[in-house]
Amino acid sequence: MHFHLTEEQAAIQDAVRGTLADSWPMERVHAFADGDADFDRTSWYALMALGLGGMLAPDSGMGLLDAALVCEVAGEAAAAGPLIGQLLAVAAVAASGRGDAEALISGKTIATLIHGGSDYAPSARAADLFLIVDRAKGVRLVAAADVTIEAVKAADRTRPMSKVSIADGTGEALFAATDQMTGRLADAALVLVAADALGGAQKVTDMSVAYAKEREQFGQPIGRFQGLKHQLAHMALDVEPARALVWYAAYAWDAQLPDAPRAAAMAKAHLCDVYVRATRAAVAAHGGIGYTWEYGLNYWFRRAMADRAWLGSPAEHRARAATLAGW
Amino acid sequence: MDLSYGEAAETFRAEVRAFLSLHWPPPSDLRGGDLKQFVRNFRALATEQGYLHRAIPKRYGGSEQPVDVIRAQVIREEFQRARAPMEVGGNGMNMTVPTLLEKGTEEQKELFIRKTVEGDYIWGQGYSEPGSGSDLASVRTKGELSADGSKWIINGQKIWTSQGMQSTHMFMLVRTEPDAPKHDGITYLLIDLDQPGVTRRPIRQMTGEEGDHTFCEFFFDNAETPVSWQVGERGQGWYVSRTTLKHERASIGGADGLGKQFAKLVDLAKEVGRIDDPIVRDKLAQIEGSVLSHRYSSYRIFSCAAAGEDPGPVALMMKLLLTEIGHEMALLAQELIGEHGFLEPAGAGGRGNRGPRGPEKWLDQIMGSLGNSIAGGASNIQRNIIGERGLGLPRDLAMSGER
Repeated sequence: MHFHLTEEQAAIQDAVRGTLADSWPMERVHAFADGDADFDRTSWYALMALGLGGMLAPDSGMGLLDAALVCEVAGEAAAAGPLIGQLLAVAAVAASGRGDAEALISGKTIATLIHGGSDYAPSARAADLFLIVDRAKGVRLVAAADVTIEAVKAADRTRPMSKVSIADGTGEALFAATDQMTGRLADAALVLVAADALGGAQKVTDMSVAYAKEREQFGQPIGRFQGLKHQLAHMALDVEPARALVWYAAYAWDAQLPDAPRAAAMAKAHLCDVYVRATRAAVAAHGGIGYTWEYGLNYWFRRAMADRAWLGSPAEHRARAATLAGW
Repeated sequence: MDLSYGEAAETFRAEVRAFLSLHWPPPSDLRGGDLKQFVRNFRALATEQGYLHRAIPKRYGGSEQPVDVIRAQVIREEFQRARAPMEVGGNGMNMTVPTLLEKGTEEQKELFIRKTVEGDYIWGQGYSEPGSGSDLASVRTKGELSADGSKWIINGQKIWTSQGMQSTHMFMLVRTEPDAPKHDGITYLLIDLDQPGVTRRPIRQMTGEEGDHTFCEFFFDNAETPVSWQVGERGQGWYVSRTTLKHERASIGGADGLGKQFAKLVDLAKEVGRIDDPIVRDKLAQIEGSVLSHRYSSYRIFSCAAAGEDPGPVALMMKLLLTEIGHEMALLAQELIGEHGFLEPAGAGGRGNRGPRGPEKWLDQIMGSLGNSIAGGASNIQRNIIGERGLGLPRDLAMSGER
């Protein structure tokens, strides 16, 4: 049994982590959060230069687990840009044989994901293509020229969503609702959002632990006090075991196991709840400083709220998981 | 990733299965004592085969196999599938044997290991005292050398001893150097419980349960044990007690149990006609998120053990996670059984085995999940362990033993 990461996978995560540390440092996050762009060129092209855009192309030799590991690090760094949409667009375009997968793989063409039935997509103003994944209607690729974008004030400042209108029937149909790939793309999207949530939840836990070791009260680091220690232990207890839920969902998708759709739904629902709980607990663990805009915890808190709302709420996915289990 | 155990393991599985199909189950006409003897013989045979007592040398009744967590897991799975008995459980196997293997004298090993392995000696754990729970180093039960220096004379009280009524022996921590610093004045002793200086009394638990499987308290009034039954150096008992069984510990057994329990909870929701209730479905799926996290994390820990790697902090979390999930399941179960919640838990007062068990059996789960939060390291201690060893937070000054 081998249910852990390979050295290669750990190395990929390190590379992405390093690239984002350089191209997306905290001061850039602050500047971006206070501006009104919905896309950041520098960190996007730095990430794409790692050659990870094509991870979900059928011949890449990688799979959803690898893509999830990258999305986890993007979540950790609260990276801007439509990474999940881009990875899925490559998978969709490469599998359908329509469109230019190479331009997508390099990141020159930017694709964002819009979930069937939703009005919102991240980085919509920067996107060249809109990948619409709808379990009921199939998968379509629509050019930016054919969509109408309405700016909104977005809660998630690291990955702002815009309101997007796309007329029925525009663009190119890649897969019908009955094609297996439609469901697979929808499932993959759930796993990748779960991975983003995992990375973010781990990040705010790490921030809280680091703060508890360094901040002193009553002449001692506050992490020595059992009340806070137990709170941090609870955060870790919520986050760390849930990591395996993301791994399993990605593994099941890659191996095309029968329970892959259900595993994806469970991972999305569970991790998005974990993320919101973790960010709330992180603010509490930090006290006043955690509540200030400048400290930045709010970027992850807002992202947690956005991950939770994106592609369907936890309750929606649990209801689906219940049905898939035959309850 | 790969969830299979590999080809070698599957060949081995076939061997184990063939062995079991030949030797288990017992013929249907065995009763009472005969059945006991059959089980004993079966265990001996399985040990000879290398399936049981793998970490114990042959000369003490083990099968002395190289550490192999995959094989150990295959054995567990196949024995469970066949419902065949594995090792005799309890403190003796988990604590006494590993401690003696690591710290015992040759005489102690010969005296105790085989008898424990074969189930003749049943060991009570003599750590906790009425005033000494999580702060184990504060034990006060006294040990004094007899005038001729051949025996330890023991006076004091031990409490919360599982299987206390059946225990034949006890391993215990006693204070032998009253003036030494807290951790350095304790000695680890083995003692025969069948002697005039020992009084045992069952403790009635909050479940109402009494009888053989409950806790006991023990009173020692000039009880004696030979000096040759002292394990490790005098005054070093605290460190002796830190010995644990390191071999083949990782298993995915706990996860299987939890999964089965969850499946029963789903069945309960169906039985009571609540499975279509969206709130019940949501709550079930919520709990299942944790159940699956636990299961897949056990795969993770198991994989690391098989590869000889450290699984990291997740391994410190499994007990507390299990406790918390048990509590969640109990709460939902109570909601589902409705007014049956007024009934006494089925296992209470030893009435559990009489007649069919109704919905109130779920109340056992409620109290059981509470017991879990204390036994084997209280939940607050687990949180300390996660915080300190897992997250690297500084130790509480009061607990660090720093002076």
